[in-house]
Amino acid sequence: MTRLFVARTFILLALGAAQLPAANAGVLPEERTDLLYHRYSGDEVTVSGPSLLVRKQTSTNTSVFFNYYIDNISSASIDVRTSGASRYIEERTEQTLGVDYLHGKTTMGFAYTDSAENDYEATSYHFNLSQDFFGDLTTLSMGYSKGSDTIRQTGNPTYLQFADKQSYRLGLSQIITRNFTMGVGYETITDEGSLRNPYRVYSYCNPESTCAARGFAAEIYPNTRTSNALSVRGSYFLPYRAALHGEYKVFNDSWDISATTMSLGYTQPISDFIIDLRYRLYSQTKAEFYNDLFNRVDEFNFLGRDKELSTFDSVSFGTTISYEIAKSGWWIFEKGSLNLSWDHIEFTYKDFRDVPAGRLLGSAPGTEPLFAFGADVIQLFVSLWY
Amino acid sequence: MNIIRIATFGILLFTGLHASALEVGQAAPDIALSSIDGKNIRLKELRGQVVLVNFWASWCGPCRQEMPLLEDMYKKYSKLGFTILGVNVEQDNSKAKAYLRDVTVTFPILLDPQNIASKLYNVEAMPTTAIVDRNGKIRYVHLGYKAGYEETYKKQIKELVKE
Amino acid sequence: MKAMLAIIVCVLTLGMTGCGIQPWVKPYERQNLADPIMNPNRDGVSASYIHHVHETRESSRGAGSVSGGGCGCN
Repeated sequence: MTRLFVARTFILLALGAAQLPAANAGVLPEERTDLLYHRYSGDEVTVSGPSLLVRKQTSTNTSVFFNYYIDNISSASIDVRTSGASRYIEERTEQTLGVDYLHGKTTMGFAYTDSAENDYEATSYHFNLSQDFFGDLTTLSMGYSKGSDTIRQTGNPTYLQFADKQSYRLGLSQIITRNFTMGVGYETITDEGSLRNPYRVYSYCNPESTCAARGFAAEIYPNTRTSNALSVRGSYFLPYRAALHGEYKVFNDSWDISATTMSLGYTQPISDFIIDLRYRLYSQTKAEFYNDLFNRVDEFNFLGRDKELSTFDSVSFGTTISYEIAKSGWWIFEKGSLNLSWDHIEFTYKDFRDVPAGRLLGSAPGTEPLFAFGADVIQLFVSLWY
Repeated sequence: MNIIRIATFGILLFTGLHASALEVGQAAPDIALSSIDGKNIRLKELRGQVVLVNFWASWCGPCRQEMPLLEDMYKKYSKLGFTILGVNVEQDNSKAKAYLRDVTVTFPILLDPQNIASKLYNVEAMPTTAIVDRNGKIRYVHLGYKAGYEETYKKQIKELVKE
Repeated sequence: MKAMLAIIVCVLTLGMTGCGIQPWVKPYERQNLADPIMNPNRDGVSASYIHHVHETRESSRGAGSVSGGGCGCN
């Protein structure tokens, strides 16, 4: 009886397997080249430069890409102005080389990135795996990244620190109807090593009793950090040919920071143009060891005054206009597009104060106006497909 | 014991609920659609010829890659009693018509906006290619397209035109 | 024991046959989903740049729909 059952089971399983569609529908990313000029300006910081991406399919199953990116930085940010230092100029170059391999319904991707500036070098490896199943309605993806950073300090040749980062990703995307797709993503990141910025300082009351002035001392950060992020997104196709996009993300970490991001997008093609509109809301609560003004030096084991760890909101809206070029092909290119985009971001800090403005107003430490600034991001790029 | 019987019956029932996949050796389901030129074309009327039925869409990258190669095959083998039926599966075929203005093909393009033929042929991948012999039987089925598939198609067409 | 085996066999076969449910959006019905406007990150270089602009000024990181690269920004 048992033998017969087992035999029957195998036959049924075999029949079941034979009915799985042998369809091979995985597709590699499109071959294309993009040349982008980017420019960020806000808080007396300007970062601009080019980004070049070239992607080519080297065989039926393999696609290779290369990205070359430069940030030209000119900064007199709030931290620089608070410390009284002068504007600094810096250049960061980042290069990425990657390969994607398609086998049946599985895509494997591997990339290597190297980022270098005069006092910071970061190298990272990325691995991604994605699998289509259930009639290609569902895609499951997994990823792992490992990064190693080397941190130096200009003007202090003996300063040498390291930081390592590992990230684990899991994602699922699902076709819901012929007009609607949704996706869920989860990522956990752990950092270990020197996680502070060697130039940044925290502030304390000096003297503690009267708090007549702000004193400054080098930040002390924990040497580990673990964070988790979960996102849900959806895209909906509107019958008159337009698309609605939405994303909601929650974040928390071992530094007690929690954040939420909500973004909405609308894409509208109009003859040879495509218009994108975006809106994004972000809010976060401060890290446990963050304070704009500590009571005394070395008040706690960990002390930081990085505004990125403070409690703040940001609201951003933006638009992109794309114009289709070379519609019937040009030279080796099948089609192309010319694109211009502008984003405006308003940052409003709830517990980070504008010390330079306070100095002008003669504010007592801890009563300076709360910091806020607006930034503009411009992108101009051309894309060519072949 | 009873549980096993129920389980087995349940499994058989569920596997039976599957629409049957396109099987080699089965009679090719008849297709009666109008072509892009307005003519009515019927697969049954092409009995005696080897017919390659290709389901494609303008939004499908591999389908677009395959098109010029199918055109080459059509030009090469049509004198030997071979034809191609390019069945466009788009519900709105304006994009297909625009595509065909840029990429000319001489074999018949049929329009299946209501997906009658796609359902009959259980199209589970884009593109899907079925090669039908002179007796109207499906001899080969290919799901998807990757570079190199056209060599297999040519081999199979050559084999079938000899019959 | 036999019941367990039966259930496992059921689940496995159901799983392999997609729970007896057919994919409800056929490959030839994917016209709208394949439209590039349905991809919020259709221009990867631009999407990853904006993602980078946000990530370097916020504490939140990860689970973005844009694949990340390394960045050693202070």
